[in-house]
Amino acid sequence: MTEPIAQTEPRPAAAKRFLHLGAMQRLLAFGALIVLFVGFSLASPNFLQFDNVVGILLATTVNGVLALGVTFVIITGGIDLSVGTVMTLSAVTTAVFITNWHLPVLLGIMAGLVTGALSGMVNGTLIAKLKIPPFIATLGMLNVARGLALVFSGLRPIYFNDTPVFNQVAMGSLLGSIVPGFEVPNLVLVLFGAAVLASLALSKTVFGRYTFALGSNEEATRLSGVDVDAWKIGVYAVTGLFAGLAGVLIGARLNSAQPSLGLGYELEAIAAAVIGGTSLSGGEGTILGTVIGAFIISTLTNGLRILSVPQEWQTVVTGAIVILAVYLDIIRRRRQS
Amino acid sequence: MGALSTGEAKTSNAAARTEPDPALLTMTGISKSFLGVPVLRDVSFDLRPGEVHVLAGENGAGKSTLMKIAAGVHTDYEGEIALLGLPSRFSSPQDAAARGISVIHQEMSLIDSMSVVDNIFLGRELTRSGTARQWTDRSAQLRKAREFCEQLDLDIDLSRLVEDYSLSVKNRIEIAKALAFNARIFIMDEPTSALSGPEVDKLFGLIRQLKTRGCGIIYITHRMEEIYRIADRITVLRDGRHVGTAPAGQLSEPELIRWMIGRELSRHFPVRRTAIGAVRLEIDGLSVPKPGGTSTTKKSWLVREVSLSVRAGEIVGLAGLEGSGNTDLLRGIFGAYGKLEQGKVAIDGARFEIHSPRRSVQQGLAYLTNDRKGTGLILGLGLAENITLASLEAVSPALWMRRAMEWQVADRHVRALGIRAAGLWQEVATLSGGNQQKVALAKWIETRPGVLLLDEPTRGVDVGSKHEIYELMTQWTKDGFAILMITSEMPELLGLADRIVVMHRGRVTARFGRAEATQEKVLKAAMADEAV
Repeated sequence: MTEPIAQTEPRPAAAKRFLHLGAMQRLLAFGALIVLFVGFSLASPNFLQFDNVVGILLATTVNGVLALGVTFVIITGGIDLSVGTVMTLSAVTTAVFITNWHLPVLLGIMAGLVTGALSGMVNGTLIAKLKIPPFIATLGMLNVARGLALVFSGLRPIYFNDTPVFNQVAMGSLLGSIVPGFEVPNLVLVLFGAAVLASLALSKTVFGRYTFALGSNEEATRLSGVDVDAWKIGVYAVTGLFAGLAGVLIGARLNSAQPSLGLGYELEAIAAAVIGGTSLSGGEGTILGTVIGAFIISTLTNGLRILSVPQEWQTVVTGAIVILAVYLDIIRRRRQS
Repeated sequence: MGALSTGEAKTSNAAARTEPDPALLTMTGISKSFLGVPVLRDVSFDLRPGEVHVLAGENGAGKSTLMKIAAGVHTDYEGEIALLGLPSRFSSPQDAAARGISVIHQEMSLIDSMSVVDNIFLGRELTRSGTARQWTDRSAQLRKAREFCEQLDLDIDLSRLVEDYSLSVKNRIEIAKALAFNARIFIMDEPTSALSGPEVDKLFGLIRQLKTRGCGIIYITHRMEEIYRIADRITVLRDGRHVGTAPAGQLSEPELIRWMIGRELSRHFPVRRTAIGAVRLEIDGLSVPKPGGTSTTKKSWLVREVSLSVRAGEIVGLAGLEGSGNTDLLRGIFGAYGKLEQGKVAIDGARFEIHSPRRSVQQGLAYLTNDRKGTGLILGLGLAENITLASLEAVSPALWMRRAMEWQVADRHVRALGIRAAGLWQEVATLSGGNQQKVALAKWIETRPGVLLLDEPTRGVDVGSKHEIYELMTQWTKDGFAILMITSEMPELLGLADRIVVMHRGRVTARFGRAEATQEKVLKAAMADEAV
């Protein structure tokens, strides 16, 4: 026996409120970024220097690319804790290909990307087929990738000393050669290029549509004849692919693959997505928001450093901001229902 | 006056002394509505010590709502509740439980991964005295629990985990738990739905013991045979109203059925003059096992050896009360339970292996779920997105979405089905029930199915939209679709279906043609234990 399902009358007010709240989080994040910029500029004359702003952009690239990837899984209502160490594993793979095996740089980059995507596929398979909770599956992958990175590298950093072109291309400036004085490193362009691709994938493809559908109501999606397992594996593979790209980027930037790096990156990436309005309960999120979120984190870190706030306090502030962002999401959800 | 008001409790105690049988629970003039839709209207009900009072009625009659009010789940209602003659108002389920009202759930409220004794005392652990107040007194709990179990004739190891025991034992553990809470009023909502014959006997034995202890039992069931085995009195609800209360011995079965359905076939249904074509869906001996049951020795079944067919242009009604397995049959055919090993299914004459919803959609099946908000629609997405969800890969072959085409498709359905919305972008969460249902239907029509499996196509839909949905179904049969439909509304079933197949406990118990079907016959078949 069931109670009659109550009718939901059209409630334009509710609709408006919802749209309002959804856009608000993004607006809030953007506003926060502006406030940070203005605040730090007033606090220190060193902040709004061209070199410092480029520094912020550069510092955002790796975390930004990781955050782009992680946005996809969070929208499906999942999580990927392994992106940081998968990034490291990808960097090491690239280095092993290029430096140890003397293979062409492009092949090494491909190997890094493939490593990331494969790790993601393993995650996705564990989650979709074996029904292991995303948190646990990717926590396991975090350690597997971390261990493999150490094994493949022989516990030592691998330098790209034989192939200076790798670092040169990454840190060179295509923009600077077109607009003299505007020396923005190519790495930053990669971030924006990746963001555009991610945004298109999310808003213009069937893949993106299913990503949202999975996060909003997986059972309804399954009962609509969508192969949810396959698409879920695909989503985790895409997240892994972005982690692989981040690995290539960090390798190029540091001119080396550092096998002990990577832990903690996953949390910063998740933080960027959440600050940008991606809901941890799934079904909601935008690439633009994630990019803004990533910039907020690196701006904050940069500004606090300029103000000579000790590193450990910077970490405290970042943590507090993540909690605040999640809390805002919870408030929003509560009002929605 | 002052003396009178302070002595109110005493007065009723005195009354209790003079009157031998004060009611354990009296509910007077209870009304309740959900978001403006009344579900209970001025219902009265009482329970005496030592009796089993059966609460009967069709799906949606208001039985569960009434019991949820009695158990403190719903706290905003109109009317009066008295416990042992004292006016009472429960603030929460915990409050009701503390005052001796215990609900034995359809789904157990026991925690599988905890021991029997820990379950019995969950939320009211016996503690040591003095400084060790925070420590549970395990030996006292064991001693007490053993006492309760002995009273219930339940010989089990109290330290073992609950999950080690069968459903029927769990059922009795739950009752032991209620005794530990000093419960005097037991609300049992379909307690036998998952029990076998001998297990039912054991439960009934236990109920008789509870009666001799002066407890009262409110018993909800859809099974006619049980009503007459266990009931002392019967109360019937219909459409949220109290139809009547009578001692079980004085209420004959036909009379009881008349009380339960009692309404006229007043609604008008479109006249369908459709040429019935070839068989589109054929099911032969299909069984659906309970998911998760891996043990091969004790497989339990949701659906057992059902055969039926639906022809082009035909509407077949699949009747059955809750738990009859009719929904499971539709879900099973659609592949929601994955591969099914027993039974054959053919679509348009071609053998079809049930595998997954995806495969079924490709084969031309469409399944409208009975839970629009939970499993039918994606509430956070827009109208167009929902309409194309099941056919997205067909609309966008290269996986690059063609938004313009998607909107064209959606727009066509919005017009054809008369969906009223502000625009194609509108979130379906903000549409009315009727329009939401039409969106869910549009999603399936766009897949161009041959067979429509419709589970409660008009549930929670206003009268106007209901008629529009009837018209649409009529149109679709003209277009050659075959429709297999579940509805718990009798008039709808009798008014729309060309043939009616009735299920009970996973099996088909009766089949009727349009002309021979009556409400009484259908309901009788739906309640009977293996009648055919």
